Amino acid sequence: MTIKQKSMQWLAGILLTVGGFLMVLPFLWMILSAFKPEPEFARFPPTLWPETFTLEHYFELFERMNFGVYLRNTLIIVFFSFLGMLLNAMAGYGFAKYKFKGREPLFYLVLATLMIPGQVTMIPVYLILNKMGLTNTMTGIVLPSLVGAFAIFLFRQFMSTIPDELLEATRLDGAGEFRIFLQIVLPISVSVLAVQGILTFIAGWNSFLWPLIIANDAKYYTLSVGLQLLKGQYSSNYGLQMAGSAVMVVPIIIVFLLFQRYIMDNYTISGIK
Amino acid sequence: MKMFTTRSAPYFFIAPALILLFLFSLLPILIALLISFTDMDLAGLADYANIHFVGLANYTKILRDGSFLKAIGNTLFYVVFGVPFVILFSLAIALLINFGKSRVFDIFRAAFYMPSVTNVVAVAVVWSYLYNPSLGLFNTVLNFFGLPDVRWLQDPVTAKISLIILALWRAIGLNMLIFLAAIKGIPKSYYEAAQLDGAGTWKQIRHITVPLLRFAIFFVSVTTLIGWLQFFEEPFVMTDGGPLEGTMSVALFVYKNGFQFSEFGYAAAGSFILFFAIITLTLLQFRLQRKED
Repeated sequence: MTIKQKSMQWLAGILLTVGGFLMVLPFLWMILSAFKPEPEFARFPPTLWPETFTLEHYFELFERMNFGVYLRNTLIIVFFSFLGMLLNAMAGYGFAKYKFKGREPLFYLVLATLMIPGQVTMIPVYLILNKMGLTNTMTGIVLPSLVGAFAIFLFRQFMSTIPDELLEATRLDGAGEFRIFLQIVLPISVSVLAVQGILTFIAGWNSFLWPLIIANDAKYYTLSVGLQLLKGQYSSNYGLQMAGSAVMVVPIIIVFLLFQRYIMDNYTISGIK
Repeated sequence: MKMFTTRSAPYFFIAPALILLFLFSLLPILIALLISFTDMDLAGLADYANIHFVGLANYTKILRDGSFLKAIGNTLFYVVFGVPFVILFSLAIALLINFGKSRVFDIFRAAFYMPSVTNVVAVAVVWSYLYNPSLGLFNTVLNFFGLPDVRWLQDPVTAKISLIILALWRAIGLNMLIFLAAIKGIPKSYYEAAQLDGAGTWKQIRHITVPLLRFAIFFVSVTTLIGWLQFFEEPFVMTDGGPLEGTMSVALFVYKNGFQFSEFGYAAAGSFILFFAIITLTLLQFRLQRKED
């Protein structure tokens, strides 16, 4: 490398360091502030590093403010999101590996749902759930976003590459169709399952709108709805708010940092060029 | 034991997902269209006999509704500033990261993507505190450099810009990844040939990378435009459309009329106008793209 190239590398590195620092700054600020006792927030100028570290906000969230219940509900939603992912994988497999009447039009219908904006379906979906008697139930919260066209599309793309001979051989051995799916297809698809699994976890953990619309009862609130409530009711308790945000954000950042390689690879799989 | 034959198997595999998509994506479109021609509200929800056909009344009324027109204006503001900034920043960052030869640059990739995976409410809570006029970090930093306070969320125009900054922060990561994947797909031989001809880094970016990224840029501009037209979560959680409806977007208008005022028919009409705008602008983009080719 010439000196000019070297200095260009350094320049790019410095620009990205400054930009990257600004990107993570809100997270650092949140995590540090969550440890400050409430009086320290009134200080001017604000202290960057907490003078006294306290965990009181976390205790308050979980002991007095129902965050334990919210956390449980959020985890239930995450669990059902994974069931939804299995349904997506099944549909992707059905479209990829079987010839049947109506395959093409049905698949185009699935893709067409990608273009429908959420604002248009929001009210009718509520009316449908209301008609089914599912408002203020966990089922009602989970159902509307259980399956998604994009995931079905990705599973279909990947599973089309599984050789037919392999499935045929297993079939000759007398395995049922669903067993082939569980014991042959899913293990082969582990890379796309990993990507979808992480994205499913993130989406389930972060889900906000349907829990907000469907749950009237605090016992069905998720972390995001509970946090929204906290923001309104304790708008001047910044320590409490920052701790609540940290409860939502830190687990997802840990999951992201552990598995980020898979997310980054997703974009090579989907083949956007 | 076989639960079903090979003939019926595909239907078994696709049925659950298809039924759910039909119930919560396709059927709702029809229902939305139907109720947009009715006066459906809470009374109508309780007893369908209270619903009356009103023709185009919702549409004519909404197009004269000051709040809705304001929401359209705000949404255009978001689109006009949001789309170019998202493309510019994510492309620039992708180019810089790709330019780096050291492994350190992988860390930057993670740092820039991180905001994309976080929950909007949590992020809104943190940013409201950052934007706080007296205690917030942003004004403290400005004061430190001798600059006056900014009324981040208190002034109708500034509040729009503040929300765009927040949304930009959340949107860069995903689009940066799309650009990075596209850049990686450009054959190395193009650059080697250019280097032999004596082209510098900047020339290579301008004459090889950016032209070959045409499709990726088009893809990102379409999805980003659709995203900004549906801009909802940030104004909903941060400002609830205020101050003085200064941050109210069309999508938020629809939500408020539907779920806070229970004017289901009226809100459905608003959502269809939004849908129509999205389809029109997307088709327009496709046409412009084809003309360029």
